[in-house]
Amino acid sequence: MSGYQDNTTRTATISVLVENEAGILARVIGLFTGRGYNIDSLTVAPVEADGALSRINLVTSGTAMVIAQIKAQLDRLVQVHRVSDLTEEGPHIAREMALVKVIATGEKRVESLRIAETFRARVVDTTTGSFVFEITGTSDKLDAFIDLMRDLGLSEVSRTGIAALARGARTISSLHSEH
Amino acid sequence: MPTADRQPGAEILLRALRDQGVEVIFGYPGGAVLPIYDAIFNQNSIRHILVRQEGGAVHAAEGYARSTGKVGVVLVTSGPGATNAVTGLADALMDSIPVVCLTGQVPTHLIGNDAFQEADTTGITRPATKHNYLVKRPEDLARVVHEAFYVARTGRPGPVVIDLPKDILINPAPYAEAAKTHTSYRPRTDPDPAQIRKAVALLKAAKRPVIYAGGGVINSGPHASETLRSLIAATGFPVTNTLMGLGSCPASDPRFLGMLGMHGTYEANLAMHGCDVMLAVGARFDDRVTGRLNAFSQGSRKIHIDIDTSSINKNVPVEVPIVADAGKALDALLAAWKADSTPVDTTALTAWWRQIDIWREKNCLAFHQDMTPGAIIKPQYAIQRLFEMTRNLGKDVFITTEVGQHQMWAAQYFHFDRPNHWMTSGGLGTMGYGLPAAMGVQVAHPDAMVIDIAGEASILMNIQEMGTLAQYRLPVKVFILNNEYMGMVRQWQELLHGGRYSESYSAALPDFVKLAESFHAKGLRATSIEQLDAVILEMLTSDIAVVADIAVDQKENCFPMIPSGAAHNEMILGTEVEGDAAAVSDQGFALV
Repeated sequence: MSGYQDNTTRTATISVLVENEAGILARVIGLFTGRGYNIDSLTVAPVEADGALSRINLVTSGTAMVIAQIKAQLDRLVQVHRVSDLTEEGPHIAREMALVKVIATGEKRVESLRIAETFRARVVDTTTGSFVFEITGTSDKLDAFIDLMRDLGLSEVSRTGIAALARGARTISSLHSEH
Repeated sequence: MPTADRQPGAEILLRALRDQGVEVIFGYPGGAVLPIYDAIFNQNSIRHILVRQEGGAVHAAEGYARSTGKVGVVLVTSGPGATNAVTGLADALMDSIPVVCLTGQVPTHLIGNDAFQEADTTGITRPATKHNYLVKRPEDLARVVHEAFYVARTGRPGPVVIDLPKDILINPAPYAEAAKTHTSYRPRTDPDPAQIRKAVALLKAAKRPVIYAGGGVINSGPHASETLRSLIAATGFPVTNTLMGLGSCPASDPRFLGMLGMHGTYEANLAMHGCDVMLAVGARFDDRVTGRLNAFSQGSRKIHIDIDTSSINKNVPVEVPIVADAGKALDALLAAWKADSTPVDTTALTAWWRQIDIWREKNCLAFHQDMTPGAIIKPQYAIQRLFEMTRNLGKDVFITTEVGQHQMWAAQYFHFDRPNHWMTSGGLGTMGYGLPAAMGVQVAHPDAMVIDIAGEASILMNIQEMGTLAQYRLPVKVFILNNEYMGMVRQWQELLHGGRYSESYSAALPDFVKLAESFHAKGLRATSIEQLDAVILEMLTSDIAVVADIAVDQKENCFPMIPSGAAHNEMILGTEVEGDAAAVSDQGFALV
C-alpha cells in the first residue's frame, strides 16, 4: 500500500505486555538483533501485583514497513499478550529518569545546582566535591540537562530508558495490537 | 517417592506424549535422557526409532510430520545431542513444520556450571525454534509438554524445544491434562469477512489473475488443497505453486502453470510478472520466488492470505491482507465467490489464457536425451522416467530430496497431484535432509514407495542413516543423480564466477553400490541410457532399501533460471529453448 512505499523513517514507542517468564527478554532482544532492527531504548519490569505480567517499553525507528514488521514479529512471540504502538495509537506520555554525577567545586558547582533547580532535578547525594542529581522527564529534557552539565564537571550518567503510557483512559489491555 | 498422583518425571512425560497421540519418537540416547529411555523400555505404545545422528532425527521427524500432518517428535540428549539437532530445528522453522524436540539437560543444580555435556540449549535454539522451554519445576512438566504440542501444531506450525534437566525426569511430578486455551498465544485462524469481500471484488474484476499457492495450503491440511482445487475450478484462474506448495494444486490440472521462482517455469514467472490481480495463499514472497523485489509484479493488486501476520507486507506490500488459516480463508473465499453474481471479464480472461499458452509454447523445460546406447543420461530424463515408472505402481509414492540441482529438477519433472507427498528443504536449503526425511516418511507409511531423489554430494551429509534403514527394515529408495559435482555450486560458478570451479568437484567419492551393500541395502548403478529403465525397475520392485547411483551429465545446468538480482521477465533458458538471455547485474552478484 502507498504507506509502505514511503521510505521515510519514524520513531516508534512500543509497549509490550508479556508473561513474566525466563527467556522472554532474551527472545525480544534476540528478535531485534537477529532481524537487524534498531533499539534506542528498552525497559522491562513486572507490572502486576502477582508478578505474572511484565511490561516492556521500547523505542525503535524504521520505515512504516519495518515498524509494522517489528510489531507483527513481537506479537507472534508465544509469551506476548499485547503489543501497543503508543506513537501511532494516539497521544502518550514517555518519561525517563537519569542519575547524573557532577564533580566540581567553586563556581561550577554552584552553577550546576542552579541549572538543576531550573530543570527540577533533585540532589539525591552530595559531598563537598560532588552532586548526584536525579532528573525525570522526556528523553530530550534529559539530553539537554546532561549536555549543560558537560562543562560543569559531568562525570557519570545512568539512565533508565523510557517508561510510557497512553494518555487518557486508554490502557494497553484495552488497545488491540494492529491487524 | 512416586504416589498415585505423582510419578517420576520421565513417566509423566511419556503419559503426556501418549495423550498427545504420539506414536513414534526419533531419538538417540545419552546420559541426561536415560530416565526417559527407561520409561520407553517399560512400555509398548510409543515406538522409538534409533537414528545414527541427532540431525537425522529432526529431519526424520520433519518427514513424518510433513507426510502425516501430525507433530514429529524428537528425543536427544544434552550438549552435543541438542547442538546436533539445531540444523533440523532451523529447517523446520523456515518451512513451518510441526516438531517437538525433547532435549536432555544437566540437573538443575548444575546448570551454568559448565557440567559435562552441558550446553545452553534454550539459548542456542531460541532463534531456531518457534518457542522453547526449560522445565525447572516438576509441576510444570506435563503442562509444558501439552503446551509445546499446541504451539508446534497451531498457527504457523514450527519446531518447539523442551529442555529437560535430569532431576526433573527423575523426581516425582504431578500429571496435568492439556489446557483448552493459552493465556497469551492465540493464533488467528478465521478470516475477516470484510477482507474476503474485498478480495472477491478484486478477483471478479481481474483481467489477468494468477493464484500463487504455497506451503501454508499444505500445512492447513488436505481440506485446504481440496478447496484450492474447487476455487481453481470455479474461477478458471491459472495457478502456480511454490516449491513448498507443490501438490496443493494437481500438476495434471490444465490450469497449473508449474512451479514459480528462481527455477520456475517460464509461464509461471511471466504470469506473475504480468498479472493484474494476484491471490497469494500460504506463501511468503520469499526471495527465491520474487527475484528482484522492485521489479516483482509491479502492475498487480495483491491479496495475501497468511496465518502469520509478520509474513504480510514483509517483502511485498499487499492491498488486501487476510490473516487466517489458508483452508478457512479459501473456504470463505470460495463461498463468497459463488455467492457473488458479478460476471467475470470473459474476454479479458480468454486473452490472458491465450497469452499464457504462448508462453507455454516456449516449452521451457525441454531437454534433449540422446537414446543411443552408451549415451550419457540427462538428469531431467532420469527424473522423468522415475516419475513415469512410479505412476502405475499401485502404491502411494512419496518423494523427498536433498538440496541442489537434483532438488530443482525433481520439482520440475516429478509431478504431484496430491499434498503431503513431496518433502523438501525449501527455506533453509539443508543438504542431507532427504535421506532422514524419507526414513520418517517410511516409518509413517510402511507400505508406501518412498524415494529420496539425491545428489552424490548431499547424500553423504547424512549417509549414516542407512544404518537406521537397515535396523528397521525401512525400504527407502535413494535415487542419486551423480554428476560428481556439487551441481548447483558448479552451475553458479559457471554462470556467475567465470568458470572457477573452486572446491565444487566431488572428489574421492565412495562406491555407492558397495556402500549400500555394506549397510545391508541393495546397490544399483546406471552409467548409460540403456541401463536406466532396468535400474529404476529393479529399485522399484525391491522390498529392501536401495541406493541407485545414476551417472548423469556432469555439465547439465538447471534452467529456467532467474539469476540473483534479476526480475521474473529476465530468465535464462536452457539451450534447448530459444533465447531471452539475461545478464547478472553487479548487485545480483552479491546476492545468494
